[in-house]
Amino acid sequence: MREESLKLRPYLDEVGVMIGLEIHVQLNKLNTKIFCGCPLDYHDDEPNTHTCPVCLGLPGSLPVINRKAVEYSIKVGLALGCSIEEHTQFYRKNYYYPDLPKGFQITQYDYPIASRGYINIEGEDGEVRIRINRAHMEEDPGRLVHEGGSIERSKYTLIDYNRSGVALLEIVTEPDIRSPKEARRFLDKLRNILEYLDVVDTTLEGSMRVDANISLSGGSRSEVKNISSHKGAERALLFEIVRQKNLLRRGGKVVQETRHFDEARGVTVSLRTKEEAHDYRYFPEADLVSLRVADWAPGIAKTLPELPDARRERFITHYSITDDHAKSLTSEKQVADFYEEVVNKSSKEITIKEIPLDIGIASISAVWIADILKGELNYRDLNIDSFRSDDMVSLIKLICYNKITEQSGVEVIRTILDEGGTPDEVVAAKGLLKAGSDLVTVAVEEVISENPGAVADYQNGKQEAINFLMGQVMKKTKGRADAKEVRKMIIQRV
Amino acid sequence: MITISEILEEISNSSAEEVVSSCLERIGPNNFNTFITIAKESALKTARENEGHTGPLAGVPIAIKDNISTKGIQTTCASRILGGYIPPYDAHVIERLKEAGAVIVGKVNMDEFAMGTSTETSHYGPTLNPWNTKTVPGGSSGGSAATVAAGEVPLALGSDTGGSVRCPASFCGVVGLKPTYGVISRYGLISYANSLEQIGPIASNVADMTLLFNVIAGHDPRDSTSVPGEKEYTKALVDDVKGLTIGVPKEYFGEGIDQAVEKSVWDGVHRLEDLGASWQEVEMPHTKYALAAYYVIAMSEASSNLARFDGMRYGLRLEKDHDWHTTYSAIRAQGFGEEVKRRILLGTYALSAGYMDKYYLKALKVRTLIKQDFERALKSTDVLIAPTMPTPAFKLGEKISDPLTLYMADVNTVPVNLSGVPSVSLPCGFSNGLPIGLQIMGKHFDEETIIRTAYTFEQNTDFHTKAPEVA
Repeated sequence: MREESLKLRPYLDEVGVMIGLEIHVQLNKLNTKIFCGCPLDYHDDEPNTHTCPVCLGLPGSLPVINRKAVEYSIKVGLALGCSIEEHTQFYRKNYYYPDLPKGFQITQYDYPIASRGYINIEGEDGEVRIRINRAHMEEDPGRLVHEGGSIERSKYTLIDYNRSGVALLEIVTEPDIRSPKEARRFLDKLRNILEYLDVVDTTLEGSMRVDANISLSGGSRSEVKNISSHKGAERALLFEIVRQKNLLRRGGKVVQETRHFDEARGVTVSLRTKEEAHDYRYFPEADLVSLRVADWAPGIAKTLPELPDARRERFITHYSITDDHAKSLTSEKQVADFYEEVVNKSSKEITIKEIPLDIGIASISAVWIADILKGELNYRDLNIDSFRSDDMVSLIKLICYNKITEQSGVEVIRTILDEGGTPDEVVAAKGLLKAGSDLVTVAVEEVISENPGAVADYQNGKQEAINFLMGQVMKKTKGRADAKEVRKMIIQRV
Repeated sequence: MITISEILEEISNSSAEEVVSSCLERIGPNNFNTFITIAKESALKTARENEGHTGPLAGVPIAIKDNISTKGIQTTCASRILGGYIPPYDAHVIERLKEAGAVIVGKVNMDEFAMGTSTETSHYGPTLNPWNTKTVPGGSSGGSAATVAAGEVPLALGSDTGGSVRCPASFCGVVGLKPTYGVISRYGLISYANSLEQIGPIASNVADMTLLFNVIAGHDPRDSTSVPGEKEYTKALVDDVKGLTIGVPKEYFGEGIDQAVEKSVWDGVHRLEDLGASWQEVEMPHTKYALAAYYVIAMSEASSNLARFDGMRYGLRLEKDHDWHTTYSAIRAQGFGEEVKRRILLGTYALSAGYMDKYYLKALKVRTLIKQDFERALKSTDVLIAPTMPTPAFKLGEKISDPLTLYMADVNTVPVNLSGVPSVSLPCGFSNGLPIGLQIMGKHFDEETIIRTAYTFEQNTDFHTKAPEVA
C-alpha cells in the first residue's frame, strides 16, 4: 500500500485530465459544536440563536475540543484505510472574512488526525483505487446570507453564526481521479461510507461541500471551490475540461487560480489568481493541547460497522446474488438495509416449496429492488424511504405465489409511488389478479371455436397462427392470463 | 496601602457597603489615572448583597485589569477599538471572585492590549506612579499595581505575558505573582500572547496576594491548558527558609543594571542566608536570547489573537458603511494604537511564508533552550532570585519613543514566561524614593516554595510597610 501510494495513475485520455478533490464533511450527527457546547439542531431555528462567546469568537473566549468529534474523525479515518498518527495538533489558519469571527480558522496542518488512505471506485477502466492524502478536522465558519440573492446583486449581507463552529472533517484525495464521472462516483461512494458510519446526515444542506482541483496535461491546475452537490461537481468539472481544452487549443495558458461554480448558470468564474493567493500563516493553536490519539484508535476500530465493500462481498456469498445486484443494493446504506429486511421477512412468510419458480427469495428480492424499484424511484427522484418494506414483502409474495404477472407487479409499484395504497389494495382496485384457470379454459375454447381458420393454419404447420390465437385469449382475459400457460393450453387443445 | 484584614475589620465595624463606598470615594478623583471604568452602581449593589457573605473575600473591593472579561462592565484592553464593549460573560477568575464575596469596583488601566512596560500605550492616557508621579508605574498592569500602591484598593488582578504583573509590582513597591502556566484559567482573559500569559494577583503584602491567588487558582474545563487539581496555597505562608537553596543567576545582573538594584537584591539574598537559607551562583547561558525569542513569539501570537477586532460585532464602529475590506481596514487603522500596530505587523512578518523558519520556528527552539536552563538551574536549587527589573521606575516619556530600549527593560522577566515557571516580585529596597523589586522564581507548579520564601523575606524586613505619600 505504501509503495503503491507513491505511484500516480496514468492519464486515461489524450488531454490528460487529472482531478483531486477536497471534501468538507460536516459531522452533523454530533450533539454539539467542535469547540463549545452549542447544540447542532439549529436548522429550523432563527439565525444566531445557537451561539456562545466561543463560537462568536468573543474576546477572551477559548476553544475546548469536542472529544466525540475526534472519535468520529478517527472512525472515518479508519474506514478510509488511513493511519492514525501518534498525536494530532490543531493550527490557526489566518485570514479575514466576515464569516470568520476570530480572524482565523482553527484547523489542522502538520499532524492531521488521519492520513494515507484510499477508496476503491468503479473507474473508467475497471475498479481503481483513489488515494486519500489526509483527513483533517476544522471548524465551520458562519453562514453569509446575501439579501436579495447573489453576492453581486445584494445590497447587504447578514451573518448567521449558528453554523459557526460546527465540526468539519476535510478529506483530501491525491490527484488520482481521471474524469468528472469518476469524481461523482468517488463522492457517492464516500457519502455511502459516511452513512454507514452514521456520522453525517447527508440529507442536510451543506453537509458535504466539495472543492475540486483539475488540470489537463501541460496546463496549470484550477481549483473550483464550494460545490454543494455531487451532480454539481460533475458539471463543474465537465465545464472546466471544456474551458481548459479551448484555452490550450487556442494557444492560451491555463493559469493557476481559484474559481467559483455558479450552479444556476452551470459555469465556473475566476475568483483569484495565484498572485492574489493568501499566505495563511499556519502556526500551532496554543489554546488547544496536542492529543495523543494513537491510544484511541484500537478501541474505535472495534466499533466500526460493516462497510459497503464488505457488505457487497457478503451479499454475493451469502445471498448468492449477482455482483451487479450486490453493487447496486449496497451503493446506498438505506437500500441495502431495505433489501435485507425484505429478504428476512419474506423468508419467514414464504416457504420455498410453495414457490413455483426455481430461484430463491434473495434473488427475486434483488431483482425487484435493484432492477425495478430503484429505477422507479430514480425516475421520480425519490429515495427508498418512499416505499415500505412490508409492501415489498407483500408484492414478492404475490409474485412468488404466481397471483399476479410481473407486468402487474411493476404496475403495483408505480401505483403505490404515485397514488399510495398497499399491493393488495392496488391489485384489488385494478383487478390485477391473474385470471383463474377455469376462466382461461373457457376463453381458449371460445377462441378456438371462433377462429377455425387460424386453427387450421396452425395444424397445417403455420407457427405464427398460435400467436394470433394467444392474443385473442389475452384479449378476452384482459391480460390477466399467464402467456406461457395459454400457449401450452392451445397447443394441447389443437 | 491597605490590607485585607484592615478591610475586614472596617466591615465588621460598619458594613461592606460603607467600606465599598469609601473605596469608591478614594478612587473617584482618579488622581493617578489608575481606572478606566469605575463600576460604582454594581459595586455598591454587590456590597449590599454580600452583607453577611462568608467567603474569604466577602466585601473586599478589588480592581480588575481591563483585559479580563467582566459581565456588564465595559472591557476595553485600554484600546479605542474596544471602546463601549460590554462583555456578556465573566472570566473564570471573575466567577471565582464573586463566589468568594469580592466586590469589583472597576477596571484598571494598562498598556493597550497589554503591549508595553510602562502603561503609556493606553488609549486612556498613562497611569502615574504613586511614589513619584513623574515616573511610570511599570506595565502592562500599571493600573493594577498603582491602585494598590496608592491605597485605593487592597487587591487587584493583572496579567503577565512577559513581566506585566511583576514589572509594575516592582516599580510600585507591591507584591505580584506570575503563576505557573496553567494554574489559573485564562478563560475570559483577552489574549495578547496566549502561550505565554497568566492572570496574576497583586496586593500590598505576600499574605494578601496569596489569599487572592488561592481564590482564583484552580481547574477550569473551559481552558484546555488549565491543569487539574486544587491546592491550599495559604498553607505556604510559613516564616521559615531553613535549608532552602537559592540559585542566583549571574546573567540577570548584566549590562545596564542599576547599582542600587544590584545591591538591594544581593542584600535580600544575604538576609535570607541569615535566616537559614544557602545560596549558590547558577548559570543560565541562554538568557541573552530570551528577549528576542520572547518578542518574536509574542508578536506572532498577537498578530493572530488581535485579528478578531474588526468592528463587526462589537467595539468601534464607523459613521458610514463600506464594503468589508474597507471597513475592516479603517476600523483597525483608527482603533489600534501605534505599538499594537507595530507588534501586529512584526508578528505577521515573522509568520509569513519564507520567514517563519528564520523567526518563529527559531524562537520556539530558543524557548526550549530557556526551559532547559531553568530545569538545570532548579535541579540543585529550590528557588532562583534576581532583580525583577534592572532599574527602578523610569520617567514618563523617557523610553516610549524608543521601542527597542523599552523592550530591553523586560530582560529579566520574559525568560519566566518562555519557560512557564512561577515567579513573584516583592519590594526589597528603595532608590531615590522609588521601590526596587526582588524576583523569586520557582519550579513548575511549586508556587508554595516561592510564596514561603517571599513571606519569610517580608516577615523579616520592613519594605512592605512603606507606602507612598498620597494626598
